[in-house]
Amino acid sequence: MPDTVVNLVDSPALGVLIGIAGVMAALTVNVLFLVWLERKVSAWIQRRMGPTEVGPFGMLQTIADMLKLISKQLITPRHVDKPLYHIAPVFVFVPVVAAASLFPFDEHVSLQNLDIGLVLVFAFGGLGIVGIFMAGWGSNNKYALLGAMRAVAQNISYEIPLILSTLSVVLMVNAMGDANTNGMNLAQVASMQHDKGFWFVLVQPVAAVIYFIAALAETNRAPFDIPEAESELVAGFHTEYSGMRFALFFFAEYSNMFIVAMVATVLFFGGWSGPLLPGAMWFFLKTYAIVFVMIWIRWTFPRLRFDQLMSFCWLVLIPLSILNLLVTAFIARAV
Amino acid sequence: MELEQIFFWLLAFGAVFTSVLVVLPPGGKNPIFGALALIVSFFFVAGIYVLLVAHLMAALQIMVYAGAIMVLFLFVIMLLNLSRRELGEESKTFTQGLGATAMLVIAIKAIVLVEATADGISKRDMALSDGFGTVEAVANMLFHDYLFPFELAAVLLLVAIIGAVVLAKRTL
Repeated sequence: MPDTVVNLVDSPALGVLIGIAGVMAALTVNVLFLVWLERKVSAWIQRRMGPTEVGPFGMLQTIADMLKLISKQLITPRHVDKPLYHIAPVFVFVPVVAAASLFPFDEHVSLQNLDIGLVLVFAFGGLGIVGIFMAGWGSNNKYALLGAMRAVAQNISYEIPLILSTLSVVLMVNAMGDANTNGMNLAQVASMQHDKGFWFVLVQPVAAVIYFIAALAETNRAPFDIPEAESELVAGFHTEYSGMRFALFFFAEYSNMFIVAMVATVLFFGGWSGPLLPGAMWFFLKTYAIVFVMIWIRWTFPRLRFDQLMSFCWLVLIPLSILNLLVTAFIARAV
Repeated sequence: MELEQIFFWLLAFGAVFTSVLVVLPPGGKNPIFGALALIVSFFFVAGIYVLLVAHLMAALQIMVYAGAIMVLFLFVIMLLNLSRRELGEESKTFTQGLGATAMLVIAIKAIVLVEATADGISKRDMALSDGFGTVEAVANMLFHDYLFPFELAAVLLLVAIIGAVVLAKRTL
């Protein structure tokens, strides 16, 4: 069992506290970097300059933005459902931090090494939608409500292919390992790829593609950003939010992107495994490469229509992922 | 009292309190608030599962109930778009009194059960077999020891799904 931060400190309670603080700090820095990256990449794709003024290459621009958001007045519209409106950003924010603390960053470095790691990541991932719903309903605004309804329908539908595609990897890991192998333990999936010497994307290309498409939809990224389609819905479910409350939604959105990229790294791209560089470096390089592809796609493809989005999920992705799972199960049984 | 028992009482109290909020939301009938309170109550129950070393059950409880089923509930409530008039006025009738009495009897019964659970949590480490609560153990139970009831439940769910489609969509 790899050393976890929780085991390193004598008291488990203290270990958990340090871990949570560390994850929150890392996620915050990460979000600041991702927002800068998104702006720079979009500018590059559209032949603009992007942020240039604050700091080298405009890198401090997002820090300035964050300071602005922190110092802004928190405006609560008069007609909102107060309890829901206030809790919603927290409900979106907390599951993200919980899910981010479950990943193996290196062979021996992870905050928590759980046998049900993969299940928990999706459990927390599915929870964010409750917060989005609260925000949309509590705002008492037709655009926010419409955005929330779209988000709920989309997330519930795309969760199915997302989980089914990862299950085929779990099956494969269990078939390849010995009796003690557990395919839902993220650290074991990564080290299995290290030991076998190949990435699972090579044996499970269909699952990897389905996972990536479903992950784009799950994080509400273009071309699936229908819940916050700004040309139709102002800003979707967070229309009525401003200041730090809005920042929390933003934080959760970019962190979610990072989390689905981390899951993809562990399941399909070998996790920390790689030559020369230390493991954690490889882990983050791969994760940022996947995030970069997500940004690239956002600024390249137009937005889908809602019925196209739903029929694509139910008529193409779900049958395909079930078929992939069945074939994997038969092969795993035969080997 | 051990730390785990303190946790148990906190979780148990939270679960009961939020369950009461489901049926008696503050400020009159509010189906959305009730559904959200039920989600929070599922969390407390998941916490109790963790204390009972059923980690997989806890994760599935959050994923399936709080993350999927309740979200569908919310979606349906949102689509129904109930007005205050349709929800009906509050009234205290004989049946409600009867219901309250039944609840009280059940609650007293439940307290006895809850105390037994709190006791069990402090003794759990002795009683558990190796690998209890893992994915493998749960799968063995479901797909080996209790395969027939499990498949029966699956068929029942399938019938319910087809029934719902037939009822909702008269012209296929």
